[in-house]
Amino acid sequence: MTVIASRQDIVEANRRRYEELRTAGQEAKPKALPELTALDAAPILPEAVISREEVPGDWYAIVRLRRGEALRIADPAGQSSVSMIAWREEETSERINCADTVKVQWSAVVSRGRVILSDMGRVMFSLIEDTSGAHDLMVGGSSPASAAAAYGAASRNTQENFTAGAAKVGLGPRDIPPCVTFFATVAVDPAGRFVWNETVKRPGDFVDLRAEMNTIVVLSNCAHPLNPARPSPSRPITLVRYRAPAAMADDPCRTGSAEAARAFAFTDRLYG
Amino acid sequence: MIADSGSSSMSASTAIYVHDIPAERPWSYALKKGQTLRIIDSEGQQAVDALLYCLADPAERYSAQDTLRTQGSAYVELGTRLISNKGRVMARITADSCGRHDTSAGCCSCESNAVRFGEATKYQHACRENFILELSRYGLSKRDIVANLNFFMNVPIDPNGNFAVVDGISAPGNYVDVSMELDVIFVISNCPQVNNPCNGFNPTPIRVMIWDEPKL
Repeated sequence: MTVIASRQDIVEANRRRYEELRTAGQEAKPKALPELTALDAAPILPEAVISREEVPGDWYAIVRLRRGEALRIADPAGQSSVSMIAWREEETSERINCADTVKVQWSAVVSRGRVILSDMGRVMFSLIEDTSGAHDLMVGGSSPASAAAAYGAASRNTQENFTAGAAKVGLGPRDIPPCVTFFATVAVDPAGRFVWNETVKRPGDFVDLRAEMNTIVVLSNCAHPLNPARPSPSRPITLVRYRAPAAMADDPCRTGSAEAARAFAFTDRLYG
Repeated sequence: MIADSGSSSMSASTAIYVHDIPAERPWSYALKKGQTLRIIDSEGQQAVDALLYCLADPAERYSAQDTLRTQGSAYVELGTRLISNKGRVMARITADSCGRHDTSAGCCSCESNAVRFGEATKYQHACRENFILELSRYGLSKRDIVANLNFFMNVPIDPNGNFAVVDGISAPGNYVDVSMELDVIFVISNCPQVNNPCNGFNPTPIRVMIWDEPKL
């Protein structure tokens, strides 16, 4: 005898699965995350370094990061914030997706052990090292108007940096997605207001992104629009592109949740 | 703050357009500056995904991050100005009988469903399928799909950053009015998601109505 599930049975099964995933995502996962990297930990072996670059305050850089390579973004002065957009090199309609990154991981913030997803259900980057743990995916970078209001007319800003960076790889305004901003300590208070917490930023903060696909990255070294410091606090940042150690079977980014494991499986198929 | 009704001149008899969007389907309309779109959650607990593009130059479009940065808070509600990627006000929320709407969680896609809920859910209809097909009528494509509005979707964010789509709080007949400040292409996907509570696990029809005047 065949048993056909009723509509109500399907609804109940879907609700149960959602609640199980939510419990795992909001309770088990945060406890399993690795600790933040110590400021003096995780030195990069000299022979692993591919290239090194300093980006002045308020400027931008374009980096092509191949699968298996990593990028260290370091803020020696502890005052900068660095906004990032990225595309898959072979198919630039695939790009960083902050909304999916947030909802798949049940967290409005990312930190060491988490991943940044593309809009195609694949992992673009793993946060393999991270001294800060304070990175914003909601507010975005500065605009011409926000920078002018904060620092004076014609101030450099992230939106124009992204426009220029995208143009230099043959892309246009339609290709600029919402960005993630590193070293940006934004929280949401109980009333829903965004709150900036300057005390979390430290000189020497860095984050290491391991590319899980071939990517084109644009980074903008402009102060976060919620940073109250005047004049602009942005200082030079250092970018180090290096060959990342191969991910181990117990790599926390790959194994941290059922969702992450699936996203990695879909990513690996691109290169299988 | 919640408004309980539109302006007195906005009655069903003065609407220039009334349409029921079936469950799971897309819709779009070229709205003129000054016109008001009412989106009605006819049966309750139905998420409505929406994108706006400038009619004159669709490369200028709704920007969730610019909208949130400009207002300094995380939710869309009465009075929220919907800001373009060029910093211009495209539209304003001029009435709202629900209370809170999301613009951080994006739209569902076959690909993100497969990551979130397992590969078996990849072959279910999703908002991004609706958006791709509706946008193709205007010469736009997947690359034009940016972070969208989610009317009637309840996504509380706690101070620790926990983030979840929870049961919709909109009741049958709840509505939101969006008054245009530019000529825009307004695109809706009546969300087909059945794997989370945004639609109460049961997608239902919604109604849209248009008036020629803004709500004051």
